[in-house]
Amino acid sequence: MAHGPATGLSRWLFTTNHKDIGTLYLWFSFAMFMLGGVFALVVRAELFEPGLQIVDPEFFNQMTTMHGLIMVFGAVMPAFVGLANWMVPMMIGAPDMALPRMNNWSFWILPFAFAMLVSTLFMEGGGPNFGWTFYAPLSTTYAPPSVTFFIFAIHIMGASSIMGAINIIATILNMRAPGMTLMKMPLFVWTWLITAYLLIAVMPVLAGVVTMMLMDIHFGTSFFDAAGGGDPVLFQHIFWFFGHPEVYIMILPAFGIVSAIIPTFARKPLFGYASMVYATASIAFLSFIVWAHHMFTVGMPLAGELFFMYATMLIAVPTGVKVFNWVTTMFKGAMTFETPMLFSIAFVILFTIGGFSGLMLAIAPADFQYHDTYFVVAHFHYVLVPGAIFSITAAVYYWLPKWCGNMYNETMGKTHFWMAFVGLNLTFFPMHFVGLAGMPRRIPDYALQFADFNMIASCGAFLFGAAQVMFLFNVIATIRGGKKATAEVWENPEGLEWTVASPAPYHTFSVPPTVK
Amino acid sequence: MKQISSANPVTLLSLKLVAVAVSMFAFAIWVMPPLYDLFCEVTGLNGKTGGKYEAVEVKVDTSREITVQFVVTKNESMPWGFKPRVGSIKVHPGEEVEMSYIATNLTGNGMVAQAIPSVVPFKAAQYFHKTECFCFNQQPLQPGASADLPLRFIVDQDVPKQVKTITLSYTLFDVTEQKRDLLASAAP
Repeated sequence: MAHGPATGLSRWLFTTNHKDIGTLYLWFSFAMFMLGGVFALVVRAELFEPGLQIVDPEFFNQMTTMHGLIMVFGAVMPAFVGLANWMVPMMIGAPDMALPRMNNWSFWILPFAFAMLVSTLFMEGGGPNFGWTFYAPLSTTYAPPSVTFFIFAIHIMGASSIMGAINIIATILNMRAPGMTLMKMPLFVWTWLITAYLLIAVMPVLAGVVTMMLMDIHFGTSFFDAAGGGDPVLFQHIFWFFGHPEVYIMILPAFGIVSAIIPTFARKPLFGYASMVYATASIAFLSFIVWAHHMFTVGMPLAGELFFMYATMLIAVPTGVKVFNWVTTMFKGAMTFETPMLFSIAFVILFTIGGFSGLMLAIAPADFQYHDTYFVVAHFHYVLVPGAIFSITAAVYYWLPKWCGNMYNETMGKTHFWMAFVGLNLTFFPMHFVGLAGMPRRIPDYALQFADFNMIASCGAFLFGAAQVMFLFNVIATIRGGKKATAEVWENPEGLEWTVASPAPYHTFSVPPTVK
Repeated sequence: MKQISSANPVTLLSLKLVAVAVSMFAFAIWVMPPLYDLFCEVTGLNGKTGGKYEAVEVKVDTSREITVQFVVTKNESMPWGFKPRVGSIKVHPGEEVEMSYIATNLTGNGMVAQAIPSVVPFKAAQYFHKTECFCFNQQPLQPGASADLPLRFIVDQDVPKQVKTITLSYTLFDVTEQKRDLLASAAP
């Protein structure tokens, strides 16, 4: 049984090892993060000054669309699945994932999906240009011919996510070490269990909505075509029935990561473990009944507006429980500020700012002013960049010594943090102001009064991008060498993953540990 | 590594989860659209009006008058002439009213059009009954031909008191591609 990895390329092609597959997911996600980042920089470069300078509006639309699609489906989701692959078996004392062969497949179909998606940029008529939300009829009647490739790419990504989610649930529910009851599981495992259920519930709905688009485009149905008795607003309802749980899919695992890191560096156990679990479950439940707050302006009965407004505001309660728990965990703790902790504290502060702008958007009458402006862009970037991206970065710094056995360069890590932190706030904070002043989103040109703030935002974006190149350099340098890490890595961290050697052996927990 | 006893619960659970995923897919395609249509019909959401209405014996409520306005929109590349005979009329709730639209195919090609109605305010939609409407069928027209398109409707006597004006909007869509067969039977 005790054998190491195969050699050469076939190790990666045929691997069923959860650590190998986790690594593949993480590298793939980083590649997509860079690609999506380049698309974002094209957008910011065009918006550096008013007027049309660098790209034509048609290509600009493709860049905003592809940036959104690549970041959501290519960067954030695979990164969390990669972290789950690496950490969930090690955290629950399992030797591997429950379905290792399916695990291999769910990764290896992803590169094909994204190759197909990105290749549309080179096709006649260009790639998707209808925004990452691909509202019909923009994505049906008026779509470029390449939309069919986009649809199939979404199908494949969906299949990959569903398989990954099934695997994670099967692993968590069946392979925990003896004594590891559900309420003893680390929060990262808990949040992923709930996320996996969300994925299984809503990724098929996404597959359904793109299938209906496919039927409308090629097979003469009229799901979203008013001429044939359909309704484009139906698209928005189905899309956001998927879309709102989707945004929690991108944030719940982040809650788990931060709940692991903050106690380590505050040197106190996590405050309110059980309430964290229940808050996560409540957020997941509420995510299914708030979707129409994305579409307050389509024309809804007053009762509908009120229901979705109050249900949305209700989400602030469990989210507030979490934020207070993190703050209380740090309160009077013996805190140190290593890179993972810096990213986690920034997560708590900036995610809360994003949450508050979300509350503002939830106010239905006010939303008519904010709808489709840069205020919305500022809001969701404040929850996704410091939320998902910072937590993933924190997780990489936190567990990288466990993965490769070497300590990363702390100075470079801190420099990365401060560049990213300043860059992020420079980029997205001014967007609140231009949004409130009425700058619409998804436009390549804008009125002159927005020029200064947009220039600041573009400078910040390039700073943020440079910080990520430094991150890449730091990670590669750590993998290639550096100070040896101990098995514990940090001071008294909690969790089974710290009981195995650093770097983690290729096979861990072949004999299940006993959890007291 | 093969342990039959531990493999079974994993397989069973995985199959259950696959079943959930498949049923959510089916839910999205076969349940959500009809459910949405039903919901719109019941609530008048998006101003959707019902299908053909069978007139029932009712008392005409002459104590109040409601203005019904007629507006038309031609969807993007629709090159037809299309307008109501009158801009608006005053009706009593419960009274059956007839009016008509005139459509002209201004192009050199035979075309088929489909009109889609919508009513504002939304809460009036369920009280606006069409007993006869050209929107129930597609309308084929030969090049240069015109047609008078009849509409008969009743504003329900139960329409809420605060509704003083109802706007009926028709959007005309070009469905020539899908319904070319109708052209052959159309009068020249």
